[in-house]
This record gives sequence, C-alpha cells and structure tokens, in this order.
Amino acid sequence: MTTPRLTQSTGPQFTRILGLGAARGEHAVPNADIIEPINSSDEWIRQRTGVITRARAGAEVHAVDLATTASLEAIERSGIPAERIGAVIVATISNTVQTPSMAALLADRVGANPAAAYDISAACAGYTYGIAQADALVRAGVAEYVLVVGAEKLSDIIDPTDRTISFLLGDGAGAAVVGPSQTPGISVSSLGSDGSKWDTIGMTATFDQWRAGDVDAPTIRQEGQTVFRWAVWEMAKVAKATLEAAGVQPEDLAAFIPHQANMRIVDEFAKQLKLPDTVAIARDIADTGNTSAASIPLAAHRLLAEHPELSGGLALQIGFGAGLVYGAQVVVLP
Amino acid sequence: MALSNEEVLAGLAELITDETGIAADTVELDKSFTDDLDIDSISMMTIVVNAEEKFDVKIPDDEVKNLKTVNDAVTFIVKAQA
Repeated sequence: MTTPRLTQSTGPQFTRILGLGAARGEHAVPNADIIEPINSSDEWIRQRTGVITRARAGAEVHAVDLATTASLEAIERSGIPAERIGAVIVATISNTVQTPSMAALLADRVGANPAAAYDISAACAGYTYGIAQADALVRAGVAEYVLVVGAEKLSDIIDPTDRTISFLLGDGAGAAVVGPSQTPGISVSSLGSDGSKWDTIGMTATFDQWRAGDVDAPTIRQEGQTVFRWAVWEMAKVAKATLEAAGVQPEDLAAFIPHQANMRIVDEFAKQLKLPDTVAIARDIADTGNTSAASIPLAAHRLLAEHPELSGGLALQIGFGAGLVYGAQVVVLP
Repeated sequence: MALSNEEVLAGLAELITDETGIAADTVELDKSFTDDLDIDSISMMTIVVNAEEKFDVKIPDDEVKNLKTVNDAVTFIVKAQA
C-alpha cells in the first residue's frame, strides 16, 4: 500500500485590508458623570489621560451587537460577499460569555456561516494579532477572506471606584476584512509578550474565588506607572523594529495608529519615534475612551473618515496591553 | 565619573523643567514631587526614564514609589552611579 501524497494549501502572495467598519457605545459619558466615586475632577482626568468623554453602551447592547454593526460596515466597504469569508476572528477580553465564542455567533449574524470562527485573548494587542493571523490564513490558502474584529464592552468589567484604569475605558468594536492583494498590503508583524509583567494589568479576582463567595465580581486594574514605562519606551523599540522589518522609514508613513491607551502615551510615543509632521496621529481616545482590542480599528476608521486622502497610504499600527503582549505591523490603509 | 549631589540636582532640575515647565530654581532638595512640585505619576515616570539615560543608572519601577522628595531621587542617583 502506498501512502498518498498529502495536499497542502497555498494561497496568494500578498494581502491587504479591504474595508473597515466601526461601532461605538451609544452613550457619550463625560468626565463629570464618573468623577464622584473616584473623588476626582474633570481636569485631573483630562490632564492625566486626555479623555473628555468615553463611549459606553447601554445595558441592552452587548459586545457582539457592536461587533455585528462594525462587521457589516467592513464587509460592505470591502465589496466582497459575506459568504466568501472563510474565517472570523474576534479579539476580546470583556466577553462575559466564557463559551461559546463571540466569533461563531458573529459569523452567523453577518452571513459568513460556516466560516471558521474563534476568539483570541491578546487584550489591547488583540486586533494586531488578528490582522497577523488573517494575513497568514489568506496567504496559506486556508481562507479566501478573513473578518477580524476587536470588540469590547469594557463597562461590564469596570469598578466605578477604581482610580487605575476603569475611568479610561469605553465600549466599541472595530472590524476589518482582509483578503488577497496584487501588491503587499500588510507587512511582517512583530508579535510578542512579557509574562514577567503578567500581573501589571488584570482582574482583581478569579471566577472561582467569586463563585466561592470570597470576593466581589472581578474587575480590571492596572499598575499605571509600570505599564506607562513599558508602553512608551519598550514599545517605541518594537515600533522602530517593525518599521525596519517592513522596509519603511518614518517619513514614508501617512499615519501612526497606536492603541488608544491614554493620550499621554500616544503623545510620548510619537515623540520617541520622532515622527515628521506629515504623519497623521490617531487621537480617538479623547471622546471614545480606551476600548482595548477595538481601539486601533476604531481610530483607523475615524482617521479615514476625517482624512480620506490617507486612503492608500501606509499606517504603522501597534497594540500593547495585558499579558503583557504586543503586536505591530505596517498596513496599507483601505 | 560619578557626579556630585549638586551636579545631579542641577541635571534633575533640567529634566523636570523639560517635562513640566516648572522653573529649575524651584526644584530644591526638600521639595516633594507630588505635594510641592505637583508632578503627576506619568510625568514622574517620564522624568525617571530620562534620568536613567542622562545619569546612566537604572531606577527600577519598585524604587520609583520610594522617591518622594527631590533629595530621595538625588541620593538614589548618586548612590546608583557609584
């Protein structure tokens, strides 16, 4: 008996983002509405974070609802029929449903059933991980098109009295359709982690501690100073290495789209990278808040809405957060 | 060559002025970073990272919370240089 020769998949040489979609929580929550439990002020929050209002969703709106709205827009903008999507990847850390995945429900809702569907947990780097995976899946011939979504309803996991991170957070979803391209549209991705800082951003308790009645429901916290140092100075090194690996100089960029963690991080990051004035810098956090995995596609979508001339230009996108994990790549803006 | 306390103070004052706009001559040894100079935690970390580069020392995250006054920082940097 002879062993049959296996068929392995191959795909197109290049990929790109074909379309983006966005959805934000329907309520614009100003600083004035959240300062009392943290004994703070509008000025304190603006000065330290640059956040003026954060988008939050009402009780009836779930992360998957935001993901659906964003995905339908991305699919429409990409111009491809939903049934040709071969994989749906959702990056999220705030889904209150442990299993099944948000991605399977989303795939069905947007007309991509029976696409491969799975969630990934890479916090604020989740979207960049998803783009790297989508690029690989398409080029390997596993999927013709891939829907990548960052979707968070972070207001479900905050503590209104927490002064470390909760007041920064918003709800939203950003989506991208990745597919074949005639020319390179997604660079080499830099993905990595530093688990030695595993406890610098995370939950206050475990699910089983909560079930045992020992603690309140788990909410999110961070060690701001440690995270700030890592997010600016360590991530500046990753950003520079990503540009080099992509074969791109800072002056070649049309836009810089970092994870919208805190305006002070965005500002200091841009300073460290010595970006020329010609590079548009995403500053969506001011009235969206930090939406973790959703922040990069939301910020990219907004930049393109406000500056349509950026379409076709190169954008450096970098996500970083709980893990700690990071991901970065240069993409051609759709 | 290790710098003196006075030289570290002068260099640190420059970094603080760059980050916050506070006049360098108001950065005195007995001043508290938070209470007197009104330096927030993010600016403090920026000053710390810039001080590491300027003075060629390592200031670990765990140490930053112990640097409450200008004197604490000057003393730490001078020792770390030795």
